[in-house]
Amino acid sequence: MPEKNFNITIIAATLLLITVGFILPGWLTFLTISILAKALVVVGVAVLMRGGIVSFGQGLYYCIGAYAVGLGGKFLGITDLLGLMFLALVAGLVSGSLLGLLMKRYREIFFAMFSLALSMILFGVLSKSQLLGSTDGFTIVKPTILGATLSTDNANHAIYIFACLLSGIVIWLGQRYLRSPMGFAGEALRDNEVRVEYLGVAPETIIYTKYLIASVTASLGGGLMALTLGHIGPEMAYWSQSGEFIFIALLGGTSHIAAPFVGTAVFEFIRTFALELAPNAWQIILGVVLIFIIIFFPSGIWSLFSSLKEKLRSGESGSPSKTPSVDLKKGDS
Amino acid sequence: MTLLLAILIDGLIYASWLFIVAAGLTLVYGVMRILNMAHGSFYAIGAYAAASAVGWYFTLGLPAWGAFAILLLAAISAGVVAGLVVERGILRILHGRDEVIMVLVTYGILLIFEDLIKLIWGIQAYYAYQPYGMLGRSKIGGLTFVNYDLILIVVAALIAGALWFGLNRTRKGKLLRAVIHDRESAELVGINVKRLFITTFAIGAGLGALAGGLAAPAIAVNPGLGIEVIVLAFAVVVTGGLGSIEGALVGAILIGLARAAAVNLLPEIELFVIYGVMTCVLIFRPHGLFALPTARRI
Repeated sequence: MPEKNFNITIIAATLLLITVGFILPGWLTFLTISILAKALVVVGVAVLMRGGIVSFGQGLYYCIGAYAVGLGGKFLGITDLLGLMFLALVAGLVSGSLLGLLMKRYREIFFAMFSLALSMILFGVLSKSQLLGSTDGFTIVKPTILGATLSTDNANHAIYIFACLLSGIVIWLGQRYLRSPMGFAGEALRDNEVRVEYLGVAPETIIYTKYLIASVTASLGGGLMALTLGHIGPEMAYWSQSGEFIFIALLGGTSHIAAPFVGTAVFEFIRTFALELAPNAWQIILGVVLIFIIIFFPSGIWSLFSSLKEKLRSGESGSPSKTPSVDLKKGDS
Repeated sequence: MTLLLAILIDGLIYASWLFIVAAGLTLVYGVMRILNMAHGSFYAIGAYAAASAVGWYFTLGLPAWGAFAILLLAAISAGVVAGLVVERGILRILHGRDEVIMVLVTYGILLIFEDLIKLIWGIQAYYAYQPYGMLGRSKIGGLTFVNYDLILIVVAALIAGALWFGLNRTRKGKLLRAVIHDRESAELVGINVKRLFITTFAIGAGLGALAGGLAAPAIAVNPGLGIEVIVLAFAVVVTGGLGSIEGALVGAILIGLARAAAVNLLPEIELFVIYGVMTCVLIFRPHGLFALPTARRI
């Protein structure tokens, strides 16, 4: 039953978001697309976190996706929205499946540091490549949709609808993954890797799958962001961008596949207003909130929803849906 | 030949700077198991404190050599104070948490410091160039080097020596090594681990700030300094093996020379090469060059 409910909810939410899109003002359309784009990246970060793994380099795939879109338009002459996004998908899939072979051997702090190094390599290469505009990056023209050239406003709206559909599909697929044996094994991995191995599941396969999912969602998010912003640059691969994704993942929580979307929405709205009110204290707010979440709110914003839901049920069903988070794991020292 | 010499000396200068930054980071990790992102902030605080103190000193019209004393004093004391505030204020509450969680907590601290620095010192760049030129230049094999840079190599060697002596030949240092080796057993035999944590963190922060202070005369002290430096320091300590001082030294020399070679031969790959070295080392030694063996948790 819950499975069916979930399907209905996700279809309804996607349709609602698309409908709302027709009355949104331009700036809000833009903001919503960037929220969806970033949330796609964060979905990957959260999927990794559920396996107890923190990637400090998701900016790598975010940037790869964006540059796939940019280069596809610049050198291959592809202008179609779907074609460009497909390119981002392929770029993420190929690079993720190659680097995943390397990354699956690493855990904990070494995974974090290694992923950081890889993204900084891409940053270093891109900021020195004259052909791609060095540190300035380059601009991207608005895409055509199914062969039709649209005005900027209409193109933005088309990207908006595409972003909604894409997010709906990613959430649906993500939920199916998390409810599959492979998904559950990922959670067990966070608790104890050796025991998972005793159960007959190879931890490296679990991590490889998670890594692949994360690289694909991140490159899709990057591609979407590139099309929306109309400009890309190497700073997308800089480590502080990856840090932002981790921040949002913790803010939203990792207990539900849709939590990153809530987290990103809250994050972007706070940022939009904080930058207006206190441009020089924005990072102080971020830092304080981050530490506050880690100490008091290890399951993120989503835990507010789930605890509310449990209160409404008030013990009627005895399933205490424990919300997993990276923080539940105690250190071994 | 000249090129080789240039690479060697440039590399050693860069390595010295890297080592001073990384030594504090790796010491804190070894003892406390905290990979401290806020180390970048301590570096930035040291640089700002040194730059403004030196600027202030030169308005007094006192003998110029005093600037060096002021520079060291300002950087180290600012770093130690900031370190104590961070340790006592936040990290104390979180001791014993997962290592990755501590990275995220210190990332939060780094973000806070980024803006605090902007609020205190403003967003315009600071320059403390006077000490840099004061020591003159010297010629080595037909190449001119700034003496200040060459002295940096001596300072780094002194710090490496002092750390080695402190850890291996003093009572406090031996206690620290016991904690690095096994914290629980160290606690069992009666070592006051909490107190050692405070000392270690203060020393680590002081070293980070010292590196910033020493670098200040040679650079423009800008906002965002900490964010730039911390990833470089990470590359060094992860290459060398987290928690190992020898590792930090070897990692710094390796990365320093590689970067100098890149700058002199193929400037396009300058940034790439630092993380390239780290990646190569991690592929073959997943825990770094001098990593201590760890048991798997069952």
